Amino acid sequence: MSLFLIAALPFLGAVFPALLIRAGRNAAASAAGLTTLLAFIGLMLHIPAVFRGETVYAAVDWLPALGLNAHFFLDGLGFLFAAMILGIGLLIILYARYYLSREDPMGQFYSYLLLFQGAMVGIVLSDNILLLLVFWELTSLSSFLLIGYWKHLPEGRQGARMALTVTGSGGLAMIAGMLILGNIAGSYDLSVILQNKEAIQSSDLYLPALILILLGAFTKSAQFPFHFWLPHAMAAPTPVSAYLHSATMVKAGLFLMARLWPVLAGTPEWFYIVATTGLVTMLVGAVIALFKDDLKALLAFSTVSHLGLITMLLGFGTKIAAVAAVFHIINHATFKAALFMTAGIVDHEAGTRDIKRLGGLRHLMPITFTIGTVAALSMAGIPPLNGFLSKEMMLEETAHTIWNGSHLIVPALATVAALFSAAYSFRFIVHVFLGRKQDDYPGHPHDPNTGMWIGPAFLVVLVVLIGLASAKIAGPMVATAAGAVIGGGELPYYSLKLWHGLTPALYMSAAATIGGLTLLALHAPLQRAWNAMPRPEAKTIFEALIGAFTRLSQFVTEGLHNGVLTRYAAIMVTFTVAISYVAYRGGTLGVETRQMQDPGALPVVGWFALVVATLFIVAKHRNRLLSLVLIGVVGLVVSLSFNYLSAPDLALTQISVEVVTIILMLLALNFMPKETPVETPALTRIRDGAIAVVAGLGAGGLIYALLIRDFAFPTISDFHLANSYKGGGGTNVVNVILVDFRGYDTFGEIIVLGIAAMVIFALTEAVLGSKVRAYLLNRKPDLPQAGDAHPLMMVVATRVMMPLALMVAAYIFFRGHNLPGGGFIAGLVAAIAIIMQYMASGFAWATERQRYPYHAIIGSGVLIAAATGMGAWFNGKPFLTSDFGYLHWPPLEEFEWATAALFDLGVFLAVVGAVLLALESLSRFAWQPGMSSEHAMDINPARDEAAKTGTEG
Amino acid sequence: MELLVASAVGILTAAGIYLILRRRSFPVILGLSLLTYAVNVFLFATGRLVTGAPPILNKYEEVAYTDPLPQALVLTAIVISFGMTAVVVMIALGAYLSSRDDGTAMPVEADGAEEDA
Repeated sequence: MSLFLIAALPFLGAVFPALLIRAGRNAAASAAGLTTLLAFIGLMLHIPAVFRGETVYAAVDWLPALGLNAHFFLDGLGFLFAAMILGIGLLIILYARYYLSREDPMGQFYSYLLLFQGAMVGIVLSDNILLLLVFWELTSLSSFLLIGYWKHLPEGRQGARMALTVTGSGGLAMIAGMLILGNIAGSYDLSVILQNKEAIQSSDLYLPALILILLGAFTKSAQFPFHFWLPHAMAAPTPVSAYLHSATMVKAGLFLMARLWPVLAGTPEWFYIVATTGLVTMLVGAVIALFKDDLKALLAFSTVSHLGLITMLLGFGTKIAAVAAVFHIINHATFKAALFMTAGIVDHEAGTRDIKRLGGLRHLMPITFTIGTVAALSMAGIPPLNGFLSKEMMLEETAHTIWNGSHLIVPALATVAALFSAAYSFRFIVHVFLGRKQDDYPGHPHDPNTGMWIGPAFLVVLVVLIGLASAKIAGPMVATAAGAVIGGGELPYYSLKLWHGLTPALYMSAAATIGGLTLLALHAPLQRAWNAMPRPEAKTIFEALIGAFTRLSQFVTEGLHNGVLTRYAAIMVTFTVAISYVAYRGGTLGVETRQMQDPGALPVVGWFALVVATLFIVAKHRNRLLSLVLIGVVGLVVSLSFNYLSAPDLALTQISVEVVTIILMLLALNFMPKETPVETPALTRIRDGAIAVVAGLGAGGLIYALLIRDFAFPTISDFHLANSYKGGGGTNVVNVILVDFRGYDTFGEIIVLGIAAMVIFALTEAVLGSKVRAYLLNRKPDLPQAGDAHPLMMVVATRVMMPLALMVAAYIFFRGHNLPGGGFIAGLVAAIAIIMQYMASGFAWATERQRYPYHAIIGSGVLIAAATGMGAWFNGKPFLTSDFGYLHWPPLEEFEWATAALFDLGVFLAVVGAVLLALESLSRFAWQPGMSSEHAMDINPARDEAAKTGTEG
Repeated sequence: MELLVASAVGILTAAGIYLILRRRSFPVILGLSLLTYAVNVFLFATGRLVTGAPPILNKYEEVAYTDPLPQALVLTAIVISFGMTAVVVMIALGAYLSSRDDGTAMPVEADGAEEDA
């Protein structure tokens, strides 16, 4: 099966449990199980190749320019992990089916589990480290969902948050480290990176990269001092704990260290950071585990300790230690998953997992007792179980390790850790299963049904078999995986057997076992001493830290984002000015190559009008109506300047937009206060003025600097000038650019315009549907009303004008391709012609005669434009390729046709529809009963009333 | 001429920003309109200022043309800014009618930040 499929199957399968849960819990569980089984079988099909020492590749280039590619590969290490993830995943799926209660949403559970499984498989199969990072973050996210699965438990939510915070921030550090690593190696593909040991280790950036990557690995694998999240994640349902903390999530960090072992290991930095962290973690975890009364907490800290053990072995940097690490990864996964499931069974059946309330369960739960005992003995390192073998190998390695000149310190501390490890394993057996039967169990302890114990039983069989016949059963797997870890070359000599003779490791092992039994005997007084001892509580520290960060970000957010628009605008403008200034200081200014042109009298007059109007707006903006009039002046001058500066199309557009904008604002102002009160103190106004003036100077200075220089780089405008007629069939280059060269942009723009009009319509509906409507209906005009709502002269004039105006629009539309004009301008002109009817004859009158809804007009415009674009497909050309030609129909003159005109028709319709929909929506606010007079040229009977209120108000 | 255009852009920008910094929605809309003019003229002027040379091709003789590209950009910008202004006006109007207050600042609530604890 392709590696793509193996990695994708869990993700694809994640859909089914969520859907099938309606068909029952068995359907959901089987869907999850079958998906996993399928992926597992697919993986197993690669056994021959992998065990021959080959590497299976599957590659698709995704974003090669960024070095981000979907490259997967499968070698011994990847195979080992993928097999653990999928294999133990299967057992967990079975176990969870019986563990979860009827109230738990099981479909969700299996979907999350499969998502997590997919992310894990993705990590171990990725060849590309950027892809690996994506999967890495996915495990953090999906484990968050799994740990917080029991949403109603505050511990679950806190544990999930803590796990996400710790592993997520570690992941961020790792991204940086991986990018550095990829940069040094010149590729983001692991298969290339792993060939570049010398380049990486001799680089100056080796240490930063190492530390950053290790931060990611240590947080994920719960190494000291980041170990604290793991016990808190125990608030998750036990199947989750068993899965995440035995075989998968926490092993991801180890996997990464093993994966990068060939290029990162072997240096003193690696040894001292990794081996020391591992040693400390192993010791700390083992000591704390002994004093935990919660079964799962005990197992959690024991997991921390064993992860430390493996980390330490990888940290030693010798090949034989790497072999031992791989072996212990396998062994730990088998006995720890079994132990977690056992703890879950005890919790499930006895109703508690508090060791102090348990004991004597061996008679009540014989099967569970057998499974738990064998697994725990393996964890303690008792022969002939598999835990003994790898612990021996570990102790043997420590005996050869020199730490800072000392021969003794590593083996001594390792023995102490092994001693505590034996002690808590014995405690797991003795205090839970042996001893006197209690008579106050919260539940009724009994062995669970087969579905629940079959999984751990299978694992325990493996524990025994690997212990008894390790070379046969685990030998090939260990050899293949270890070969992949050390990255080619001969494996060192080792033998997986129980009896190695009287080696130092055996003495250390014996000391640990005897010491462990002694500690267990002394447990009661030791526990009292431990409880009396002041210890730093990781959760408190973590929460204080998070609290500090929260306060800091609240402070910053409230400083920047306090709900006052003025402040956002001020910050944005100031910041923009500041970075522009930095850019200006950092760059160089070219030579002035253009002469200033003599303006002549007309532009100076225009400039003067514009400046005076603008200054008046600023000074008189409190009088809103006056400012609107003055805005009109500014718009007029801008339109005229466009015309003067060789842009007739712009002039036409600007002046028509001006008309509709002013009408729009007048409509709005009708309902709003006509005056702006003085609110800000003079000092604030001076400050705002200063910001504005500086920004204005910047913008003016920038454009001035541009205007007196020629283009720094050749422009593409000449292309448009040269090809407009030849390629586009039109002499109005601006129009040809709009409908042809940049037709796609225009297409997008009419859609945006249509959306804007729809938004306005929707807002109007929303506002008019609320209690505002009552206010509007009872509203009295606050200004004197004109006595004549629809003056006769105006009504007649606009009705006469209507066909003329539409004719002008048509004329502008048709000539647009060759002379100033086109769909945009024609649309605006047509819209104005119709608005005039609304203004003169009244909203009701115009609405009655309006046959097509404006939404439909917008839609048809967009559709016509799209259909025109698609027409090109039938000629085998890309979307929106235009065509044109000439026709001669006697007695007409020869004339041109162009598909661009059809596109322009779409633009025209969209503009008409959008403008009218916007204005019509606003006009609807003014509607009041009694206004819909049938007679257009009527006299408003309420005028005397209105005049009176007007004078009073 | 260049100085006139540049100073006009500067003055329009400054006036626009000053009005945007006011506390009521209507001046903010006015300010946005002024800023729109400034930006459109700015973009247009990046094609440099040329008089009497519109980009309408002359089929019969060789003449100089001004840069058509900024014009095409600004043309759509003008229409789009109408759409934007309309939406903003609508939002301002809806907000005023709903709360009978046209201030742009969020009303201050006592200790709103503590809700989430």
